[in-house]
Amino acid sequence: MERIPILKLGNCLIAPIQVDMDDSTAIALQEELTQQIVKHRAKGVLIDISSLDVVDSFIGRMLANTAAMARVLDADTVVVGMQPSVAITLVELGLSLKGVRSALNVEKGMELLRRADEEPAAEPANADDEK
Amino acid sequence: MQTTKSELVPVVGGAEVVRVRHAVRKAAVDLGFSLVEQTKIVTAASELARNMVDYGGGGTVTIEALADGARKGLRLIFEDQGPGIADVQQALRDGFTTGSGMGLGLGGARRLANEFEISSAPGEGTRVAITRWKGIV
Repeated sequence: MERIPILKLGNCLIAPIQVDMDDSTAIALQEELTQQIVKHRAKGVLIDISSLDVVDSFIGRMLANTAAMARVLDADTVVVGMQPSVAITLVELGLSLKGVRSALNVEKGMELLRRADEEPAAEPANADDEK
Repeated sequence: MQTTKSELVPVVGGAEVVRVRHAVRKAAVDLGFSLVEQTKIVTAASELARNMVDYGGGGTVTIEALADGARKGLRLIFEDQGPGIADVQQALRDGFTTGSGMGLGLGGARRLANEFEISSAPGEGTRVAITRWKGIV
């Protein structure tokens, strides 16, 4: 079984999925991510799927479940880099990944996580936090 | 209609589901399928191969390259000797599952293919055949 590395950057975790995962690898990643969220008190999780040329219902469900678990553990999740052909296929398959935030690439994904982390603190006084 | 190439891939566990994806991808590339066409047939294959592992106790996938005049296609046949499906219509409905999945496998695979056939009966295993033709949405 392959193992997906999890990198820590500030208070975020990054999981770059570089291999075609079998189901047990996907489940292992989900468990590992939830453990690392608690261990590092991470506020954000970024899952890079730009190397995946297939996302079927099992991997789709793993992504949705991971986002839900992270939410319960007070962390935001963003899935980045989905290939257009994968997006077309996923929707036709019947999966819309509701509840999973997405971004086009790692940079935009990190930006999204940073904003999500700052939002509650910035809300009361600052009106110019959108810039 | 002619079968120009045929390959049999045994599927026992989850690791072979990945092998099926790779074998189907290669066959689709060889036939000149577009990237979206490749992705659809590979995803459908992944769903059906997993069904065989989860519900049929494993089985085999036959990958056939088809030629029908100028038309080129890919037919995948999934066969297992598992317990079979009592109510096929029910199994095809989105959201229906007897396991831990989402119930998108059969219905989703049908949507991703151009042609879809299923035959199954309790105690007689399950056979699912899907075909995608190049250039047909």
